[in-house]
Amino acid sequence: MRADLRVIEPWVEPDTQVLDLGCGDGTLLAYLQEKKRVLGYGLEIDQKQITSCIQKGVNVVEQDLDKKGLRNFADKQFDTVIMTQALQAIKRPDAMLDEMMRIGRQGIVTFPNFGYWRCRHYLLWYGKMPMSKTLPHTWYNTPNIHLCTFKDFEALCQQKNIKILNRTVVDANFEQSRFALMWPNLFAEFAVYRISR
Amino acid sequence: MSRTSVEQSPAENSVGIIKPKTIHFDQALELVCGKTLNQYDLIYETYGELNAEHSNAVLICHALSGDHHAAGYYAEDDRKAGWWDSCIGPGKPVDTNQFFVVSLNNLGGCGGSTGPNTTNPETGNLYGPDFPIVTVKDWVESQARLADKLNIQTWAAVVGGSLGGMQALTWSLSYPDRIKHAVVIASTPKLTAQNIAFNEISRKAITSDPEFHGGHYYNLSTVPTKGLMLARMIGHITYLSDEAMGEKFGRERKSSEFNFGYDVEFEVESYLNYQGKRFSKTFDANTYLLMTRVLDYFDPAADFGGSLEQAFEKSSCGYLVVSFSTDWRFSPERSEQLVSAMVKAGKSVSYAEIDSQYGHDAFLIPTERYMAIFSAYMGRIAQEVNVNES
Repeated sequence: MRADLRVIEPWVEPDTQVLDLGCGDGTLLAYLQEKKRVLGYGLEIDQKQITSCIQKGVNVVEQDLDKKGLRNFADKQFDTVIMTQALQAIKRPDAMLDEMMRIGRQGIVTFPNFGYWRCRHYLLWYGKMPMSKTLPHTWYNTPNIHLCTFKDFEALCQQKNIKILNRTVVDANFEQSRFALMWPNLFAEFAVYRISR
Repeated sequence: MSRTSVEQSPAENSVGIIKPKTIHFDQALELVCGKTLNQYDLIYETYGELNAEHSNAVLICHALSGDHHAAGYYAEDDRKAGWWDSCIGPGKPVDTNQFFVVSLNNLGGCGGSTGPNTTNPETGNLYGPDFPIVTVKDWVESQARLADKLNIQTWAAVVGGSLGGMQALTWSLSYPDRIKHAVVIASTPKLTAQNIAFNEISRKAITSDPEFHGGHYYNLSTVPTKGLMLARMIGHITYLSDEAMGEKFGRERKSSEFNFGYDVEFEVESYLNYQGKRFSKTFDANTYLLMTRVLDYFDPAADFGGSLEQAFEKSSCGYLVVSFSTDWRFSPERSEQLVSAMVKAGKSVSYAEIDSQYGHDAFLIPTERYMAIFSAYMGRIAQEVNVNES
């Protein structure tokens, strides 16, 4: 089982409606459908991934978040809106958070922590934009156009009156370490946030 | 709209030689317009085998100019396959190794089912313009009766493009307990003013042809070919995209010099004339008028105060909605309206917008990604059927 699924699953109530933004091949939704009997929808633009979703029996809607946003969905239409590893690749993450809070009762967001010590070390030592296994792109062709640290994200939530209900910090393998728990902004590579307004 | 079928020779993945069948219905059919058809015939074809549970049946619904001959050939030397042979057959998206496929000619058509060019048993004359205006709902009603006769209680899927997609949608609303999946391709929740405007020009082209005689041309042994040809030419432009026409014809001319006259000079003119002429020889003008009206009247949300979301409230099937990027007749936005309403109503739906240069006609052309999506969804349905069977 994918490690992030294990973190997310307990936060999703059975028999609820879930929207997964950038759902990939539908693994998360297929898992939640089986374990929690959710009515799930995924949004995706990658053609192969869309076909994979359909093969899995996962509802998938081809929709470009940067072009169309989420305006075709009604207020509080979903119980949970999930966005895994996509916030940093979106044109306006702040507006996206607002929209997630409009259409969903709660949101689940994961993103890579740019404050992770390896990123800091890379920049300090080499004087170049950090690259790593999780952030393998060069600065000019990266899809990750809005990288942030945990502190940045939490400040934005506070500014927007978004409550952070849970935060699970993990390393690249989605394992929890003592260091990451003590100094997350320095030692955790990813965080999974549960938020609501 | 289903125009011509692709020319090819019978191949391994064909359903082979097909014989259409006709069923007579004695039970009167009350139509939405208030009139009644006391009796009628429906002509249809089937491909594949119905399983023991009768759970693998798929209904194919045709578009404006289509008919019951969706796949296969009528004779060994038949050069043209059915209009959707690219999608129906062994190993194709609608896999006849998995499904029992039914395809009929709708009421009012001119392919052998009761319509304007058939005899009204009450008068002994051809119906002509007196054939009542039917609607998509009436068609679905007649298709449900056909299903009864074929011992099909529930369709594994109802599938159609364009006007055919409207029938699949209507099935899901009229008979939610008799349909498991609806596949709605290049369709729309209703026609726009522009769509209706093009239909009106087509109708005027036909009705203003001096050979039309108010629709009573059969007895006078004339045919309004000029009007029908013109209607088809207009329609054809709306089925193609600017891009597709540009690619196919550009500004190519038959000769390098201008003739400084009004005869056909550009290749696109020649093509339209050829298509129009050929169509006017095989299709019935009264049916063409009727089909355009069926399109105009389609608006399932109207019964629910204009709310599509409410229209979908009682449906219980899964949907696959597919649109094509250059389709300006029923654009991707129209399909997205359907999808948004389905999601708001909490229905299972998947949606793909296929990049294609072929405009509205793209639903008839087996492009790679279109086939991948269509096959994936139908494959999933086949799995469901097989799970329930065992």
